[in-house]
Amino acid sequence: MSEAELLVTVRGLRIEGRSEDRWNEIVHGIDLDLHRGEVLGLIGESGAGKSTIGLACMGFTRDGCRITDGTIEFDGIDLRNISPARRRRILGRRIAYVAQSAAASFNPAHKIIDQHTEGPMIHHVMSVAESRADAIELYRRLRLPDPEHIGFRYPHQVSGGQLQRAMTAMAMSCRPDMIIFDEPTTALDVTTQIEVLAAIRDIVEQYNTAAIYITHDLAVVAQMADRIKVLLRGDEVEEADTRTMLAHPREEYTKSLWAVRTFAPPPKPPAPPTEVPVISVQNVSASYGAAPVLFDVSFDIHKGRTVAVVGESGSGKSTVARCITGLLPPTKGQILHNGTPLPPDYRKRSRDQLRQAQMIYQMADTALNPKVRISEILGRPVQFYTGLRGAERRRRVEALLEQIEMEPSEFYNRFPPELSGGQKQRIGIARALAAEPEFIICDEVTSALDQLVAEGILKLLDRLQRELGLAYMFITHDLATVRSIADEVVVMKNGEVVEAGPKPEMFTPPHHPYTDLLLSSVPEMDPDWLTNLLKQRGVENIGDAASARM
Amino acid sequence: MSGFGFDLLRLIAKRLGLGLITLFVVSLIIFLAVNLLPGDFAQEILGQGATEEAVAAIRRELGLDQPMVQRYLSWLGGALQGDFGTSFGNKRPVAELLGQRFLNTLFLAGVAAAIAVPLAVGLGVLAALYRNSVFDRVANVATLTSISSPEFFLAYILILFLAVVNPVFDSLSNVSPDLDFWTRLQRTMLPALTLTLVVTAHMMRMTRAAIINLLASPYIEMARLKGVSPARVIVHHALPNALAPIINVIALNLAYLITGVVVVEVVFVYPGVGQLFVDSVKIRDIPIVQACCLIFAATYILLNLTADVLSILSNPRLRHPK
Repeated sequence: MSEAELLVTVRGLRIEGRSEDRWNEIVHGIDLDLHRGEVLGLIGESGAGKSTIGLACMGFTRDGCRITDGTIEFDGIDLRNISPARRRRILGRRIAYVAQSAAASFNPAHKIIDQHTEGPMIHHVMSVAESRADAIELYRRLRLPDPEHIGFRYPHQVSGGQLQRAMTAMAMSCRPDMIIFDEPTTALDVTTQIEVLAAIRDIVEQYNTAAIYITHDLAVVAQMADRIKVLLRGDEVEEADTRTMLAHPREEYTKSLWAVRTFAPPPKPPAPPTEVPVISVQNVSASYGAAPVLFDVSFDIHKGRTVAVVGESGSGKSTVARCITGLLPPTKGQILHNGTPLPPDYRKRSRDQLRQAQMIYQMADTALNPKVRISEILGRPVQFYTGLRGAERRRRVEALLEQIEMEPSEFYNRFPPELSGGQKQRIGIARALAAEPEFIICDEVTSALDQLVAEGILKLLDRLQRELGLAYMFITHDLATVRSIADEVVVMKNGEVVEAGPKPEMFTPPHHPYTDLLLSSVPEMDPDWLTNLLKQRGVENIGDAASARM
Repeated sequence: MSGFGFDLLRLIAKRLGLGLITLFVVSLIIFLAVNLLPGDFAQEILGQGATEEAVAAIRRELGLDQPMVQRYLSWLGGALQGDFGTSFGNKRPVAELLGQRFLNTLFLAGVAAAIAVPLAVGLGVLAALYRNSVFDRVANVATLTSISSPEFFLAYILILFLAVVNPVFDSLSNVSPDLDFWTRLQRTMLPALTLTLVVTAHMMRMTRAAIINLLASPYIEMARLKGVSPARVIVHHALPNALAPIINVIALNLAYLITGVVVVEVVFVYPGVGQLFVDSVKIRDIPIVQACCLIFAATYILLNLTADVLSILSNPRLRHPK
């Protein structure tokens, strides 16, 4: 790499962000070098400044951010001090961007291929007709199904993984010198992620494009990057080539990142075979309107135990939860609570029946009303379910805050926007506990959180389970989480249960082929993992996996 | 695609049905409201000194002595067949009196809309493009001033500058069917401009707000990062996604152009529905008042229906289902 020409040089980059009418420095003097054809991984937790730095390498800042110091040089061009019109001639043409959510970053009003050809057209690189032909060729190389026609659909007509590849194709449309990949696979299922990772790696290699690959997932960056730079709150922690970094991280922070996913609570004894389960899902089928989405699903959840329901998006995980809570009455089958059937519709359930099953949501941000104080968020369910009022209610709310390890005197009167992501999720847990339930559904509760924070949440949930004898249904697509906290595992695909059983059994071969596909798709820290896996599966196999989900 | 066409037709049919029900309810309200107006036609034309017998005789002649329910039913029955009754004042059929005037009002509204809609959307797009600039503020203040001023005041100002000081247009809009298009347009111009001043602000501000609302979207950022120029970002990437709210506010304002023209027509003596409406209320010429109200209500309902359908058509998710 060292002999390759230097493409990007960033020196002493400082960026400020505006919050509450004050400018705070969020990037504190970063240096960055990128050679032609090289892939640099930027890694860190949320708030590390990864995306901000990535965008700054394009000479771009989001609204509410400004570059205050430093130089950004791209192929001899000073990106900080050129006119907006000159910068526009470089953006898209010589530096391209691939965003985290392709679904949100494609314009819903235009066909995919028209958005693809826009760049070459405005930059006068190709005619629209040439660019269309080129788009189809890129779609083929990225192994998109039906490359001749897929571009002529609107973004909402194409799946997330396919859109993400179409966006990579769009970034390639002008054959840029460099592409910024901003968490391009974070929103995807593990099996889809592999296809996108492989596609990105291939195409970057084929065209010798330099790339900055931004992610919070170490195992992913290990597959993609030649060099890795670790960031923490706008500062560089360390930088090294990928193999060195993985084998011998120097800094404590890097080691701590490497070492997460170690939480392994002691296993629980199996439930006595005669015990009546807290929740029993029996032969449940359900449909949205006329479209059936769930077929004959059955499993039990026992007191004090955790059942993890895993599967890709669209597998019906969340629909099962909607059936159990009564939000979506099943078309067939029933839900038993301690052996007695629950009314299918939540409106027909008694307050006590409602109290027994609570939910914690994925996005604590949107699940908490930002204009209501914590005292009210927790006080309302306390009053509704237990009838406590006034001073008693206050004492109960304070006790709940203590249970989730948040200081009552500090947080009682705060509003959700003043809390961090992990704290908000803790409030979500306390709100579920306020009802004093026997059973809690955790819907992807850690997937929006950084790993260290997520581990704290898992520890808390485990402690509460042991103290209160709670039964959990854990909906997740993250198999690392399953490995650490589940007692039983239910694997779902296309609305059916593919395989179910105690965790140790599920994680030892032989597996059901689909479970195997899921398990083998979880990226590992080994930089050769993706290469080996692809070799093992063969390229056709990946194509099959893609078409199987169509 | 065929399923979508079917869905759309079903939707239109459903909205039309709802519109008819609304129209029926409105007809009931109109009838009751008009009949609750103090005084009636007989008293109004005979004046204070009329004898009981004379008033009763006229009432009998016009059918005002019948019970209200019966009067409503016979009015509704006639209206359903296109017969709105005869005017109390000059005994001519209401349909004949209204017909030409309604066409005149439509012409005025059409001219005003042809100026106001492109102007408002254009100004809105420019204001969004140059948001928070001097242009944005001037456009905002100017349109707000014009919407906040009483219509008759705007009308007299326009007359002063465009008819008296610089005699470009006629201050009296004396149009009749035998005029050629250009003369007619020239005579309609001042009321049309007045109406334009009244409706532009609302549409412009909605266009600006709907576009700016979208500028934080990831796909707008994506367009910028592809090197797309600011003008193209607004027109090509933001505007197509902002159409639904813009269409709705345009429909609302078009309805206003037809139903809200009373004052403007009076100022310019424009022979439209509004003029006739005001004259008829004065003399309690109930059949005309009722017919006018019904036309206004139908206009509102039809325009809103059109706006609904167009907003749906502007959404690619609904136009091209999976």
